[in-house]
Amino acid sequence: MTPRVRLPHPGGLTLFLMLDQSFYKGVIIIFSTIGEVFPVLLKGIEITIVVLVLSAIFGYLFAFIAGLCRLSNNLILRKFTGFYVEVFRGTSLIVQLFWLYYAIPMLFGFDLGSNLLAGVLAIALNYGAYMSEIVRGSILSVAKGQTEAATALNMSRFQRMRFVIFPQAVRMMLPEFGNYLIQMLKATSLVSLIGMTDILYHGNILRSSDLSAAPTVYFLVLVFYFIIALPLIFLTRKMEDISKKGVAS
Amino acid sequence: MSEQTLQNEDKTDQSKSKQEPIVKYEDVHKSFGDVQVLKGINLDIMPGEKVAVIGPSGSGKTTIIRMLMTLEQPTSGHIIVDGQYLWHMEQDGKLVPANEKHLREVRGDIGMVFQHFNLFPHMTILENCMTAPIHVQKEDKESAKKRSIEMLEKVGLGDKLDNYPSQLSGGQKQRVAMARALVMRPKVMLFDEVTSALDPELVGEVLEVIRDIAKEGEMAMVLVTHEMEFAIDIADRVLFLDEGVIAEEGPPSQVIENPTNERLQTFLHRFRS
Repeated sequence: MTPRVRLPHPGGLTLFLMLDQSFYKGVIIIFSTIGEVFPVLLKGIEITIVVLVLSAIFGYLFAFIAGLCRLSNNLILRKFTGFYVEVFRGTSLIVQLFWLYYAIPMLFGFDLGSNLLAGVLAIALNYGAYMSEIVRGSILSVAKGQTEAATALNMSRFQRMRFVIFPQAVRMMLPEFGNYLIQMLKATSLVSLIGMTDILYHGNILRSSDLSAAPTVYFLVLVFYFIIALPLIFLTRKMEDISKKGVAS
Repeated sequence: MSEQTLQNEDKTDQSKSKQEPIVKYEDVHKSFGDVQVLKGINLDIMPGEKVAVIGPSGSGKTTIIRMLMTLEQPTSGHIIVDGQYLWHMEQDGKLVPANEKHLREVRGDIGMVFQHFNLFPHMTILENCMTAPIHVQKEDKESAKKRSIEMLEKVGLGDKLDNYPSQLSGGQKQRVAMARALVMRPKVMLFDEVTSALDPELVGEVLEVIRDIAKEGEMAMVLVTHEMEFAIDIADRVLFLDEGVIAEEGPPSQVIENPTNERLQTFLHRFRS
């Protein structure tokens, strides 16, 4: 007696096996070398995080300065900041980075001194320009009645801003600030192009010495960025909650 | 008149003697673009006087008090508060438009309650009340807090100190707004249709608080209102504003109960029916 084996439909089986084979092949390629790639990329994580933190600090700073300047009564200040915002929003970040790092030192003999400074400055100026629009928009969108109530309590222009308008505007800015923080993280990968040894830089070096490592390298690079982004994503959600509480009226 | 007012050195004495008006409008005009809203307002408000302003919508009622709160600048004419020009200041013997500093000096005597409350949503009820005394009047924190709590208890919200405005009903919000204005100890309080945005069943509690404030007497009050019965009840004087001028004024018994002006009769008729 031969044991009865139930076979699936022959055509379906072939297709299943084919997909199965190529899929596993890919997985094997990626994971076979993961042990070698991982420690190399890990060396870049510090630089990535340093660039992110500094870019974020200066980016928010520029955003507040530029956002408030655009609301100033001073026409020259307003026009000048407007020019900055449009130039930095209207050109690409990578070109700005190359300008700061390569072109400006040659043209003006004015060297920023380090690629860290150039990288941070480029990202901060670029994202600061975008985020200044959020600062400006949020301040303008605080209801007019709030300014009037503060005036009725005889607050000065500065006090109105400090106690009434700004705290409400900041709550509105938070979710967007979180989104831009995640974007800034991804933008930090550009500093590998001016020789900073971040995650992507180490990945690229590895790949150029061993072309077959490309899938593993870029898979892991993605994983690294995603893991750094995760807490930022949660932070953004948290900020959205705070934001909802603050200004409902 | 105005020169005399300005020459009075001892302002506080004057305002208590009830001889000099605390607020004086001299031929005040106001236009928004091409639209003339106020066409020459002359008005004296005495210290402690309760004035109700009635009139059809668009007649400029709200604009009158918004100019006094410095939220709207008159197109021409003068407003004088406690002997001082509000929108002008004297410089080398000439009157020039007031700057922010001057406005702050003069408008400290004025307080206002708004139709839509305008509470600060990011602050608790207590913080809403105590922020201005501490930072504007430089009162020390403890006494500002104590007075704010007393005032909130007075308007019946002593148990809501740490709540946020979004947790309150409309009537409660409006009572907080009144406490917030009262803590500043204004000499003149302005009420801009304070019950218009409330559900009908909440109007009573707010009017009750205003009535209590009015009884205390020292503070002058200007109420822009649609509550005729209420105006009769608490006002010393009623102004009927129509097409940018004060068309009729007098005690409520005369203006509301026995109107002579034809347009006022029509206006009141709509409320009675």
